[in-house]
Amino acid sequence: MTTELSVRVEDKLFYNRYLVDAGRPHIKVRPHTVPSPALLTLLRACPARCYELNDAGQVEVTVDGCVECGTCRVIGEPGGDIEWSYPRGGYGVLFKFG
Amino acid sequence: MIEEKFDAIVVGAGMAGNAAALTLAQRGLKVLQLERGEYSGSKNVQGAILYADMLEKLIPDFREDAPLERHLVEQRFWMMDDRSHVGLHYRSDDFNEERPNRYTIIRAQFDKWFSSKVREAGATVLCETTVTELAQDAYGRVIGVRTDRHDGEVHADVVVLAEGVNGLLGTRADLRARPRPDNVALAVKEMHFLPRETIEARFNLKGDEGTVIEAAGTISRGMTGMGFIYANKECVSLGIGCLVSDFEKTGETPYGLLERFKRHPSVAPLIEGSEVKEYSAHLIPEGGYKAIPQLYGHGWVVVGDAAQLNNAIHREGSNLAMTSGRIAAEAIFQVKSRRDPMTKENLSLYKKMLDDSFVIKDLKKYKDMPQLMHIQSQNFFLTYPQLVSKAMQNFVRVDGTPKAEKEKTTLRSFVSARSWTGLFGDAFRFARAWR
Repeated sequence: MTTELSVRVEDKLFYNRYLVDAGRPHIKVRPHTVPSPALLTLLRACPARCYELNDAGQVEVTVDGCVECGTCRVIGEPGGDIEWSYPRGGYGVLFKFG
Repeated sequence: MIEEKFDAIVVGAGMAGNAAALTLAQRGLKVLQLERGEYSGSKNVQGAILYADMLEKLIPDFREDAPLERHLVEQRFWMMDDRSHVGLHYRSDDFNEERPNRYTIIRAQFDKWFSSKVREAGATVLCETTVTELAQDAYGRVIGVRTDRHDGEVHADVVVLAEGVNGLLGTRADLRARPRPDNVALAVKEMHFLPRETIEARFNLKGDEGTVIEAAGTISRGMTGMGFIYANKECVSLGIGCLVSDFEKTGETPYGLLERFKRHPSVAPLIEGSEVKEYSAHLIPEGGYKAIPQLYGHGWVVVGDAAQLNNAIHREGSNLAMTSGRIAAEAIFQVKSRRDPMTKENLSLYKKMLDDSFVIKDLKKYKDMPQLMHIQSQNFFLTYPQLVSKAMQNFVRVDGTPKAEKEKTTLRSFVSARSWTGLFGDAFRFARAWR
């Protein structure tokens, strides 16, 4: 069982309810040319796969599917790689079961 | 600015926040509780097991109308390798009692109910309100909070920080440090829906009986972590969590671990044919006693997960949250009754009361365990589960090999994997950390 399993995180996020605060992302990545090791870690550590590499090799975040766990904050905030706030009241993920 | 001044503001409506707000309101204090979710519970994630004793102290007749799932009659521990598990099951009809001790619950539903009790007790509960920072005076004393509502500054004598494991307010105000990656686990969870009868047949249950499985071993791929499978009435909560620092080190993905756990031959039949209705993730405080931050200061106290109050060994978090919330509220009430100000010195009563409770006593007992598990994760989560599984197979498989020879093979496999010094050292360190 060493092979990488293919998992479509998008399918998992599709089960969830969200109220997206359009134009006001609650997480921001510090502009960079070459991503830091911490930023690269987020590509795999984020459980909602919100972090992706763009064509220029920089790390970008799309918060629409964020489950607000805070893992990226714990990893990325100490070095100033990301800025993390909670979404405005009422916005973000809306758990039905939790 | 809301002109009205409150006796206390509670930030957050999880277990700790609701326990604090309820207790304060029951004692007649003027309480404002702020919650960022659309309702209390909509941002909260847990396995989840509810411990009746701690809730009874707050709401003695909770069984009458609380949304409970199943009362637990059985606990299973699984030590897993890739194809097997070695189990320790405890089941007792004693748990089919009038006032059962533990229940599975669904947090979003339970917390909504809990919040209704907070309102009934007289607290003002404001949802869809994110607290953005603490309001402090020139001396750094906490005098209230600022929210994302228009003109959103509110003042109170004391602020109860029940903002959860990832609470921003306390860290932004330098009241405590941000959790370190080796002090928090990331857990991911899915809710698998199945017909009630199917769950009861697969888990050997009848009526509202329930069972929970806690699993450790190769499922965490050498990282410090655990899986869980909890039977609710019509769904199964299934998840797995590992230290964030281990995810950093290994590059494993949380959803990859979850998928592998679900496909394990011991797990797959339990959830076969289910409909998944939610995928969630949450951090769990794992640092134990040594990670507990400063718990009080001028005009504030911190409770629950935000204070890292979680017993990782016994998988108890929500009861420590409820108890710390209640104790903080009682301390505040005592200070208030004496008409004393909410100074750091006066609020140290909360810490004193907490030290005398099971919360700190239990965390102190296991103070060396988190470190042992982190440093020895390869041994405890990979090597030993594989060895134990092999030993069990050797024990039960009948193939004509003389028993004495089988025992020698088993012993040799342990010694060659860990050496005598390693085996005794592990046993000694484990015993000392447990003591």
